[in-house]
Amino acid sequence: MAIISRGFAGRRSAGEVKLPPGQYLTTDFPVLSAGPSPRISLDRWEFTIDDGTNVMQRWDWNSFRDLPRETINVDLHCVTRWSKLGTSWEGISLDTLLANVKTDLSFAMFHSYGDYTTNLPLKDLLNEQAWIAFKYDGTDLAPEHGGPARLLVPHLYLWKSAKWVKGMTLMQHDKPGFWEGLGYHIYGDPWREQRYSEE
Amino acid sequence: MAGTEVLGRVTWRSGKVVALLDETSSARTIAIVVPDWPGHVAGQHIDVRLTAPDGYSAVRSYSIASAPSMDQRIEITVERLEDGEVSPYLTQEVAIGDELDLRGPIGRWFVWHIDQSEPIQLIAGGSGIVPLMAMIRSRLASKSNARFRLLYSVREPAATFYKDELQAISNRGESVILTYAFTRITPKDWPRPASRIDAALVSESIWPSHLSPTCYVCGPTSFVEHVTGLLIAAGTDRKRIRTERFGSTGEHI
Repeated sequence: MAIISRGFAGRRSAGEVKLPPGQYLTTDFPVLSAGPSPRISLDRWEFTIDDGTNVMQRWDWNSFRDLPRETINVDLHCVTRWSKLGTSWEGISLDTLLANVKTDLSFAMFHSYGDYTTNLPLKDLLNEQAWIAFKYDGTDLAPEHGGPARLLVPHLYLWKSAKWVKGMTLMQHDKPGFWEGLGYHIYGDPWREQRYSEE
Repeated sequence: MAGTEVLGRVTWRSGKVVALLDETSSARTIAIVVPDWPGHVAGQHIDVRLTAPDGYSAVRSYSIASAPSMDQRIEITVERLEDGEVSPYLTQEVAIGDELDLRGPIGRWFVWHIDQSEPIQLIAGGSGIVPLMAMIRSRLASKSNARFRLLYSVREPAATFYKDELQAISNRGESVILTYAFTRITPKDWPRPASRIDAALVSESIWPSHLSPTCYVCGPTSFVEHVTGLLIAAGTDRKRIRTERFGSTGEHI
């Protein structure tokens, strides 16, 4: 039973905007990162897909940027409780990246420059649900927001949208990435308010 | 302590406000007694929930400012954001004796444990001092011999949190070495003109990289980006830099 906060009225979201539970709207773009933002030169950048043993796909910056790109308009929900609506990105769909990957594996671990990791079920990466984005609001993605390229999985809390991605490893079983190993939820659905591991 | 960091973190508890202290004209420390508080580690935060009479509620996270202690009392320091929803209430409306819903402690990354013996470099921008103050207080309240340095960037002297306590700690000697960077207004006769932290100040006020310090940097995003860039340029191992960012990308301390 919640305690009523004497004299607290709150500031409701205007209009019909529906936010996940416990979120508030911002027009800003806050940043949450565990360490310094890495600076990655484009001539050394690569993105790989492997199965833990063999590299199945590899792109350098030029071949990656030659893939068919998509414009993405999505809402973002951060576990630190801000939500930002109608953000605009450009990137490559994971459907495109995984088109030639034949696998029975069901999970993926994303790896980033700077050693960040995050885990996702493969089914959450397919069918127009996930992208590797390289532009935000029409301009190249800034380092503090994950540039040169970051994962974008907007239906999960934003920590799943790993910044500075360099590859993904397909796995048979799910296992925790960086924040998931530090008490955050293994899946992270904002609509079910899966913030922490006990929720 | 390891178990208590996880268990019971997401249970909402009721705490009673037992003391209020204005740190600056816009920031207030709130001391809360929380029955069955499971204990915390310096650097962790709590979620605070306010609920209106019609059931509408708003939750925000605040870093714990106090050292871990056995008395079920924690302190947070809240900076009022002019367009904020929760911080104006916590800095202006809350009274001694009020009950607050809260849960925690939360966070296992931006933390300092008393068994960490390496030199510790703390760098705060504005209200980013709060979790770092918990680390300093934890260090001083424990038997730790870890050597601490704090580089504290603040707009002007009047915006300094914990001013007297930091001065007393600094006067006591070598356990915590304190350096201020004033960005807009300096105290009278201050040797360094008002300016943001730069490479020269970093090189003269942080632990040299050969001592392998662990660095904790907390402040607005632009501050953290700027300072971590200077640390890496000064030779600090990026793997030893932990950050906590808040606020907008454009904010400047």
